[in-house]
Order: sequence, then C-alpha cells, then structure tokens
Amino acid sequence: MADAARAAERPKRPRKPFSVQRMPGFATVAVICFVALYAPLFPLMIYSFNAGESIAVWQGFSWRWYESAWANEQVKEVTIRSLVVAAFASGISTALATLAALGTTRTASFKGQTVIYVMINQPLMVPEIVTGVALLIFFAMIKVATGYTGLAYLIAAHTAFCIPFAYLPIRARLEGMDKTLEAAAADLYATPWQAFRRVTLPLMAPGIVAGAMLAFVISLDDVVITELVKSAGQDTLPTYMLGQLRRAITPEINAISTALLAVTVALLTAIFFLSRSKE
Amino acid sequence: MIQSADVAVNVAGVSKIFGSGDQEVRALDDVSVAIRQNEFFTLLGPSGCGKTTLLRLLAGFEHPTRGEIFLNGTDIAGLPPNKRPVNTVFQSYALFPHLTVGQNIGFGLEMQGKPKAEVEQTVDAMLKLVRMEALKKRRTSQISGGQQQRVALARALAPHPEVLLLDEPLSALDFKLRKEMQLELKRLQNETGITFIFVTHDQEEALTMSDRIAVMRDGKILQVGGPREIYDRPAERFVADFIGDTNFLRAEILGVDGDAARLRLDAGGVEIAADLPEGAARSGAVTVVIRPERARFLGPDDAPPDGESALDARVEQMVYFGTDTHYHLRLGGDERFIARIQNDERLARAPAEGDSVRIAFPARAAQVLKD
Amino acid sequence: MAQPTDDARHGHAEREAARRRVRANWLLSAPALAMLAFAASGPLLIMLVYSFLTPGDYGGIVWKFSGEGWFQVLFSRDIFDETVGLADAHLTIFWRSLELSILTTLLALVLGFPTAYFIATRPREQRALWLFLVTIPFWTNLLIRTFAIMELIRNEGVINSILLWLGVIDAPLQMMFTEGATLVGMAYVYLPLMVLPLYAAMDRLDFRLVEAGYDLYATRLQVLRKVILPLVKPGVIAGSILVFIPSLGAYVTPRLLGGGRNMMMGNFIELQFGQGRNWPLGAALSITLLLVVMLALVVYVKNANKGGAGHG
Repeated sequence: MADAARAAERPKRPRKPFSVQRMPGFATVAVICFVALYAPLFPLMIYSFNAGESIAVWQGFSWRWYESAWANEQVKEVTIRSLVVAAFASGISTALATLAALGTTRTASFKGQTVIYVMINQPLMVPEIVTGVALLIFFAMIKVATGYTGLAYLIAAHTAFCIPFAYLPIRARLEGMDKTLEAAAADLYATPWQAFRRVTLPLMAPGIVAGAMLAFVISLDDVVITELVKSAGQDTLPTYMLGQLRRAITPEINAISTALLAVTVALLTAIFFLSRSKE
Repeated sequence: MIQSADVAVNVAGVSKIFGSGDQEVRALDDVSVAIRQNEFFTLLGPSGCGKTTLLRLLAGFEHPTRGEIFLNGTDIAGLPPNKRPVNTVFQSYALFPHLTVGQNIGFGLEMQGKPKAEVEQTVDAMLKLVRMEALKKRRTSQISGGQQQRVALARALAPHPEVLLLDEPLSALDFKLRKEMQLELKRLQNETGITFIFVTHDQEEALTMSDRIAVMRDGKILQVGGPREIYDRPAERFVADFIGDTNFLRAEILGVDGDAARLRLDAGGVEIAADLPEGAARSGAVTVVIRPERARFLGPDDAPPDGESALDARVEQMVYFGTDTHYHLRLGGDERFIARIQNDERLARAPAEGDSVRIAFPARAAQVLKD
Repeated sequence: MAQPTDDARHGHAEREAARRRVRANWLLSAPALAMLAFAASGPLLIMLVYSFLTPGDYGGIVWKFSGEGWFQVLFSRDIFDETVGLADAHLTIFWRSLELSILTTLLALVLGFPTAYFIATRPREQRALWLFLVTIPFWTNLLIRTFAIMELIRNEGVINSILLWLGVIDAPLQMMFTEGATLVGMAYVYLPLMVLPLYAAMDRLDFRLVEAGYDLYATRLQVLRKVILPLVKPGVIAGSILVFIPSLGAYVTPRLLGGGRNMMMGNFIELQFGQGRNWPLGAALSITLLLVVMLALVVYVKNANKGGAGHG
C-alpha cells in the first residue's frame, strides 16, 4: 500500500511540456523550404568562381569570369541600358506613386477611389505576358506612325509596371502616419505647404526611398515585358541573359547572375532596415 | 453680446452639424459660453457630448455650421488653425517623431518666423518650465509617456498662445502620474497666466483642477460653474448623476422663499429645506438630490439639531471602503438612500445590516433639480 | 435670424470643400493614372481590337475585320478540305497550362502552409527576419532563380553529378525539358507568393482559440482541421490565387525548363508574335488568358471581402 502510494508520488519520466503551437512535421517542412529557397543559388554562385570553362566540373577558384564579364563590351552595354531604364523608371514611377499615394490615403472615401486602386494595381493583376503583348501591339503602332524607336518605349513600359511597387510602401507609410501630426503642425502656425514640407514629407521619406528601391529592383529584373517591347538592339541585362541561356552556357553567366543577386539583396536589405526604422 | 475685456473666448450660438440628410449628426447645438481671461476652464462630459468638437472649433480644425467664436473680441470662426493664436495639447500628444524634443518645442516659433536666437532662448526657457532641460536632444520616441506629455505642453506653450487647448491630455497616463500632472498643469497655468481650456470625461480631474466647469451632454452645455457649485448645486439630474455619487428622492414643494424651498419628501413624509435653482419648478412634484456624505447617523434617542432634517431607514447592505463605509439604506415608501459615513473608532456603535437607523442631514444639503 | 438659409449656406460651403478635396485627390492621382492608361491599361483595349483583325503576312495586321483569330483559339480548318475540327495542339497547351498551374499551386500550398505556420509561431521579434528570408527570393530575379534550377537538374548538373558519383544511376536522368521540370521550377519560383498571404492570415490567428480547441479534447490533427484551417482559409485562398495567376501566365520558367515541346499559354502567345506571325490569334489568346485570370481575381476579391466582414 505504502509502496504503491510512493510510486504514484514519484515523478513520471520527464515529458516535453505540451506546446499549443507545435504541429508535428511542420518545422521540418519549413526548414526544408528555407533550405530549398536558397540552396539552388549556391552552385550557381560557386561556379561563377570556377577556373574552368564548365559549370559542372570544378577546376579551382578564379575571378576570370568576373573579369571576362567586365571586359565584355556587350555585357557592359546591356548593363548600362538596364541601369538607365531602371533609373528612369524607378524615378518617374516613384514620383507618380508618391502623388497618387497622397491623393488616395487618409482621405474620406470618395467616388471613383476604387477605380484608382484598380488602375494602380492593374500591372500586378494582369499577367506580364498579356501586358507585354498589348504593349508590343500598341508601341508597334506608334513606331510606324512616328518612326521613333528609342529607349522611351522601354522606359514607359517599365514606369507603368513599377508604379504599384513604388506605391505600396509609400501608401503603407502614409497610412501608418498619425494624422494629428499635420493638425499639430497647422496648430503651431505652419501653412499647409510648411506642414507638408516639414512634417509629412520627412515622415513619408523612408516609404518613398523604399518604393524607389523596390521599383528599381523590379525594373532591373524584368524579362517578359522587356523581351516583347524592346526594339532590335535594345537588350537589357535580363533579356541578354535569357538569350545566352539558350546557348552554350559558360560561368560568365553565373558571374553576371551572382553580381545581379548581390545588388538585389543589398537593396532589399536596405529596404528591410528602412521599413523597420519606424520611429 | 457684451464684449468685456475680462472675456478671453466667447462662443456665441455655435452649432456644428456633421454629414447631411439621414446621416446628419448635430455635434453642437446652439452652444454659448464665455471663458474668462487666465481661467482654467474645463469642458466635462461623456464621450460624444460635443466637448472635443467644441475644442476643435476653437483650434480651427473644424468650422461652425452656425454661430460665432470670438477670441479677445475678434471673430475667428473663419480662420484656419495656423492663423489662430491658440495652441493645442493633443490627446495622443502628436509629437513629431522625426524631430528632437528641442525641435518639437521650437516648431511653432520657427513657423512664426522668429529669429533663431529667440527660438533657442524660448525653447530653453520652456524646457526649464517643464523640467526637461536634460532631454533637449532626445528623440521623442526615447522618452517616457509622462515626459512626452511635458514636451507636448511645452511645445504648445512656447509660442505663448492667448489660449491653450488641452484635449484629454492626461488620459494616457497611469494613475500616479496623472495625479502628478494635474498639479503640474495647475502650476503651469498659474506661472504662465494663459487661459487653459481643458477637455475631460473624468469628473474628479475636472473638480480638482478647474476654476470653472461646463458640463456638456448631447451637444449642449447643461451647467457652468465653479467645482463647488457644480458638485453641491447640480441643476439637472444628468449633472448630479455624472459628477460624484448622489441620492435622488421624490418630493413635493410646499412653499418657496427666493432660492429656497420647503419640501415634503415622499419617503416618510419628512419636511426639509432645499435649494431651488433658477428655472426649476416652483410647485408640485420635484426630484431633490442629496450627496451621500452629507448624511450622518443620529443616536436612537437624539432629536435632530435645529434646522436639520431626520429620516428613518433600515440598513440593507454595508460596503467597506477603508476611509469610510457606504450604507445602503431603504427609506419609507421603498426609496433607497446611500449614506457615506467616515469610519471612526470612537463611534459608539456602528449600525449593522438589518438595523433600523435614523439619519440626519443639514438644512439645504438638498437641492431641487430642474428636470 | 434666418437660420434655415444659414444652414443651407454652411451645408453648401461644406459640400463645396468636400468637392474640392475630391478634385485634389483626382489631380494628385492623375499623372500616375495617365501613365498607366498609356502603358498598361489602354493597350489592352487596342489588343482587343487587334484580335478581330486579319493577320498580316509578315506579322502585324491588316485593317480588315475577321473572326478568324478567335475561331482559331479552339478550332482548326483542315488545309485541304476545310473541315472544321478542334485544335488539338491548342487544347493540349491549355490543358497543360491549367494542369501545371493547379499542381504548382497545390505543391506551393503543401510546402508553404507549414512554412507560414512555422514563421507565425516564432517569437515576435524573430518573425520579421524569417519573413525577410522568404521575401528575398520573392524579389530576386526570376530568371536567375530559374537558371539556378537549370543548373541543378541539367544532365551535367549538380543532382545528376552527385547521383552518378554515388553510383545510384549509370546515366544522367533526363530532368530538363519535362513538365516535371517546369512544375518544380514554378513551385520554387512562386513559393514566396504562397507563404506571404498565408503568414498574414496566421499572424492574426488568436492562439487562445487553439488552446480552447485542445482544452475541449481535440487532437493536434483535429485542431488543425477544425480550428486553424477554417480561420486561415482566406489566407489559403489568397495565396493559392497569387500563385495560380502568375503560373498560368508563366513564360520564362516553362521556356527554359520545359523547352519547346512543353509550351504553356505564355509561350504559345509569344509564339504568335514571333514565328507564328498570327497577331490576331495571339491577341485573342491573351484576352482569353486575361479572362481566366479575372475570374480567379473575382473569387479572390469575393473571398477577401468575406474575410474582411468576418474579422470586422
């Protein structure tokens, strides 16, 4: 009797505390996902440093493919074109998106507001291939009519599809902003312009910078629309790479990809920290 | 309207209607009030009573649908907020997160185009006034809630406005800090001599801080007066009920003499004397209020002192509150009465639940209500 | 005092002020809208017109009405006897697009759900970082990520090399230029689009409800099915549609991984503007694709509204 009572009192073998949030196997799948998201990028990056000509056989470390990409006149040309298009597109789209965000946030809902939202987000909803084909048709008409075949078509196309990406962080920033701050500025003798210049603009600046960077990344990475809209000899870096990928691949492509990845990740990290610096 | 130099803000027949048609909301309904120079004036009422709307009209964030607002004799109803010599302490403080404490305080002066040296000097003086000298260079996110409150005050006071508006500025603070800030606000008002218009729903806050209080409900001002007057002489049921605890008793007016009336309470048929506010009924059935702390127990054989009235009652429930005890009493005629009696060990014998007791209250402890 | 007129005047002034604000909102939005109308929305309408025209001999169109573009979406005429039949090649492509898009969505859901759940159950200060790890691939170049998959599954790629080295296989597995390759590639590329809305839904999940489930004797599986899933359903639908739409219109991934024999809608459309030289058919196909996408979006919006009402 006494022994049995003692046995019952004795703590049972230690059990893991019951966790409400745990789901068996979920963590494993999640870890596999995170690994799978990044793992394929490593061979790509590693072979960019291959001394040999192959992207399958490792022949020692070397910078030669970075040097060869740097020396490649065509790569230089398409890279500059990509940067020019991205700079114009992100600059213009951010300016337009900033104005639109000011017109559509923190206002009493008004007639037609939904139309504005739908139009701004339209590039996110319509498949790129559809937009690309439509632009191909439209710009072909203009090209015939005007004879102009310059870079403006690409810039216009990129600007349009960059607008929603620039708009999102700016709008988020504005909506998170306390409206009484502007009321306070007005109360403290600021004219509407002063209130905008001294309070609204500085507070929305991180959103604008994040929007511009996002637009830049999006423009820099675009393949489909560019491929359809570009005139002859207007390859950007991604369309150049797309062309190269159908040929015999050398680690030069890996080098270019790695460099592009590095730029993108750097910009994204900057955006990440910008959006965190709330106060 | 008479424009006396003594009046800082004169609100004359102001109405404010939001929306239109079916969604029309009358936030303010023909409100008139005169606020004196250097006064600590409180707008007190439950949420939705219009007190914040009135404050926003004074600040210029809203414009009246009808009526006029004079600031030291000038009609300001049409002026935008940045053209009014009036500053606001916002409920959320609305400190600029991208500026330092010092830059926040100097913002108004800078917008007024004051020279840099003067701005600096005033900012330092303001920091000293609210005892925040050490934190001038801090970001507003790096200081505590109480400190933010002080910065908000300093920022609104820095341009030396003619009137300071305070929109429930203490509601975000915890109890102890709130008590501290109440005294601080009072001190600041004394030191600066600026007219303060303070909005709150906290009756205790209003009573402790104000020179005068306007009690509001449903877009109307019900009663304006000093804290004592509002507390002791509520003219309407809502005012009596909203401020402090109170007992409502039915009575009939027997006779009127100036601002005093002789009444017979329905409960027990006892005759008492009560104050009669202007505009109250002068005959017939009325309601009177008596504050719980005005009542005291009589010994079983004591006769009520001269001029006092006595009532028979039975103790139904007792609630102990530390400094005092609330006795829930039932009077004759089924009316209830709460008596708040200070706990005193020297008291011969405190009544117990179920006991029959006699309570007395002084002459004119009762007040007749207008409604 | 003439109060009614006063009221009317003030009412008028306020309405006038409101009208001014709305006008300002439109003016501020106008430049962006103009840009979008010029280089995004407007061209879609022109494309609609083109789908009813006659193809030119060397691409482009002839300004002559024709229903042929739309006719050819589903049907074909025999070259010799003009008999009308279903265009089997087209149907195969449609079916492949639909099948691969649905499979991609399911694969992304199976992988993305536990991942989103994992992130949502991390300590709050860690979540932003985990989420960032999902976001990076989302914003990085689609081409590069597809290229990375290519390098893995090519005949001389990493996977085949390792398997050969291990002796598991004698000859490289043909993984490139298969539907499977496209499927894996799209799931890889679009996985973040699944995780992000799922996470947003799970972040709002009140774990006290899960506790209540366990308190009422539910097993883990029952809690998952009866408590968690119904609560995050809007996120599941949002994520599924966000993956389904770009999958359906995918161009780069099927082109590089699936090759010419495993064309999807996107590649087929592009073909009409390249070697196919049949712009009206391409335009009609684009509009068809757009309509399917719009249908999915309608489901999404309906779901979002329902979700919103449920939460409010």
